[in-house]
Amino acid sequence: MTFRHVISTVWPPVLFGVAFLVAWELAVAAFDWQEYFLPAPSVIWQAFVDNSDIVREAAIVSGQNALVGLVVGTVLGVAMSFLLMRFRLLNDMVSPLAVALNAIPIVVLVAIFNNQFATTSEVPRRLMVTLIVYFVVLVNVAKGLRQVDATHLELLHSYAASPFDVLRKARVPNAVPYFFTALRVAAPLAVITAFVAEYFGGPQNGLGSRITATVSGSRATMWAYVLAAMLLGLLFYLVSIALESLTTQHRGASPKGDNT
Amino acid sequence: MSDQELRRQHVAWPGNAVEVRSVIKTFNAGTPKQVDALVDIDLTVESGEFVSLIGPSGCGKSTLLRLIANLTEPTAGSIVVNGKPARQARVDQDYGMAFQQAGLFDWRTVVRNVELPLELKSWDRARRRARAMEMLELVKLDEFAGHRPWQLSGGMQQRVAIARALAAAPELLLMDEPFGALDEMTREHMQAELLRITAEAGTSVVFVTHSIPEAVFLADRVVVMSPRPGRITELVSVELGDPRNTDTREDPLFFKKVTEVREALRGIGAKSADELLIEGVAEER
Amino acid sequence: MRKAVLFLVALALVAAVWELYKSLGPEAGGEVLGWKIMPRTNRNAMPHVWDMTTRLFDPERRASGRAIWRVVLAGVWYSLRLAVLGLAVGATVGVLLAVLMARFGVVRRGLLPYLVVSQTVPLIALAPLVASWGGRLQPFGWEWPKWLSVVVLGAFLAFFPVSVGTLRGLEATPATSLELMRSYAATWGETLRKVRLPAAVPYIVPALRLAAAAAVVGVVVAEISTGQRGGIGRLVIEYGRTSSADPERLFTAVFGAAVLGLLMALLIAGMDWFVMRGRQRVEEYS
Repeated sequence: MTFRHVISTVWPPVLFGVAFLVAWELAVAAFDWQEYFLPAPSVIWQAFVDNSDIVREAAIVSGQNALVGLVVGTVLGVAMSFLLMRFRLLNDMVSPLAVALNAIPIVVLVAIFNNQFATTSEVPRRLMVTLIVYFVVLVNVAKGLRQVDATHLELLHSYAASPFDVLRKARVPNAVPYFFTALRVAAPLAVITAFVAEYFGGPQNGLGSRITATVSGSRATMWAYVLAAMLLGLLFYLVSIALESLTTQHRGASPKGDNT
Repeated sequence: MSDQELRRQHVAWPGNAVEVRSVIKTFNAGTPKQVDALVDIDLTVESGEFVSLIGPSGCGKSTLLRLIANLTEPTAGSIVVNGKPARQARVDQDYGMAFQQAGLFDWRTVVRNVELPLELKSWDRARRRARAMEMLELVKLDEFAGHRPWQLSGGMQQRVAIARALAAAPELLLMDEPFGALDEMTREHMQAELLRITAEAGTSVVFVTHSIPEAVFLADRVVVMSPRPGRITELVSVELGDPRNTDTREDPLFFKKVTEVREALRGIGAKSADELLIEGVAEER
Repeated sequence: MRKAVLFLVALALVAAVWELYKSLGPEAGGEVLGWKIMPRTNRNAMPHVWDMTTRLFDPERRASGRAIWRVVLAGVWYSLRLAVLGLAVGATVGVLLAVLMARFGVVRRGLLPYLVVSQTVPLIALAPLVASWGGRLQPFGWEWPKWLSVVVLGAFLAFFPVSVGTLRGLEATPATSLELMRSYAATWGETLRKVRLPAAVPYIVPALRLAAAAAVVGVVVAEISTGQRGGIGRLVIEYGRTSSADPERLFTAVFGAAVLGLLMALLIAGMDWFVMRGRQRVEEYS
């Protein structure tokens, strides 16, 4: 990637971002918007800095929930996709279930989980994140394992390769881009789910509950928490992208799965 | 409405269909990746003439066609189509084009695909439909008007593409290896059909191919090109007479012309495609 | 047919595992390798599956009120309409943004990262914001109803998958078709209408499937955060709060949420069938 290329990709979003913030700041001053309506970016930043300790603590709590769920969900999702590849009957039972669950707002299950664990436990949130990540990873990796080029499968068949060989040599390499696509979607999703899960009860120490708590109070502080929430989501997203670029060489193939 | 009637509605250009003068086309000029695609190209296509462009890969024949179609601009020189600059000819829709992939829209039926250029000319529905059906009859696919493209074979799809290219009764037809993806038998059949259709309407044709028999069978003149940089090395006149059919393919004169073109491609002093390939590989090392 | 049977078998297995754990598992929850991750098995935490189902037919409050299933169904119907509206608005905005980004490369590079980031803004923060903005805009004295905030939030979650999917579809137009249109000297608008958009439809439909699920989540969460009554989100919270007295009832609300999601999915499946008649499918992106 040449320097010119990097610059041309970077300047539009930077320009848009700066222009947006400036317009926002000016609008607040020009229209005299009250704080409860929409505080200025400078005010939000001030609140962010003033409360940075609490913000950091809350972010760590939510971040941990998201991370645990992300890791466990990914591991389970990958493991299950292998199992489904291997056992057709299992696949036929689980797939329609997975498709149905994809359409449902399973986040409401947190209300049930809260009854099943101690009121101070973070497990319901982590369980929720795990479930959501699990399905995203499962669907994508299973597709990657399944949708191998027919020509490649025929070639290996002509080599009398065992199913395990086919898995190793064709399916898994094919599934790698799908895995990273899933990760790219699952990482920020894990963060958001961690927040949403907090709305249903349980310990009120994460960013989600902080936001709910300050909604009726100081709006500037609420926005400061929102900023922290967005940064956390962005962080997870960037880490997933970094992981992808570290572990895969550039492939010429077209993008697979749901790209963001 | 027949082609003649359509043509009467605008004054046909009496002169040459295409005039290419001193055209040069260079890609990535000034960089290490510079490619001299075409150099010193002079070509005239007379009204009603069928001209084949043939040459090894990289000789610029497709580029030349795209220059005539104004899908790209020359680095130097001029291209006049129907007495106008190429750009004006494209804007005025003076030519029809067929590509190697039929490029039909799979969300439209066959007849709606043929109607596409007429829609862009804002013809009303009834007129469009009538003309499109006429074109489909011409390529003998009127029974399939309501079908979808993916229900047709490759050869049939190309026939629809040709029907579409002729829908607006252009005086000039530009074709970029349209039969390349077809099997030999379908190909020969399509060649005969194409000649029949274009002879009937008096359409001028510029046809790019890399099949020697195809080039000779179809054309009044075969333009032989060589690569690196792309230039016209020879013009072979083919006076095989009309109409051309399977008998023509077995005519000794046909073989003679094919040999003439083949030898022109090999060239005296110029290298064959294979030799160039080996040279190219050696250069890369 | 086999799929339907297996699906029911799968559901039965889930119920069986539930009951099995309930009978074998520790009453007060347990530990695995020092982590307290085993759920409790008392009636509060894990009611019997049978009790959950029969609860549907009992009145809302133990002694009075309509049968639960009526209440839940009414909630589902309420939320469904909001979700459909949210999806419609979000999909429209998504397509418009995608067209804008396809047309202007600068907009695409500048805006797309922010669209991605926008999805990390927690809904719960947006809900009161949208409500108070609605309060501000009062054209002709018309009051911004609370449910409209819910619709806006549903649209907010729905627009993103649609805009990403549509953008990808618009950019996946075959080069031959684009050259063909250029040879016709067609304008960008004509090419958009006649080629790009129709070619993008096989990409838009799976995106709509994602967007529908997102709209449902958005509506449910928005109902909770705005305190909107009448929908299924409210029911989940309400029954959740009183679940120590009546644990089965919470599950009926959760079933309702599931039905909501499935109805939306059915709607999209119907649209998929209608729009893709006579067309070949493209590899699906989920």
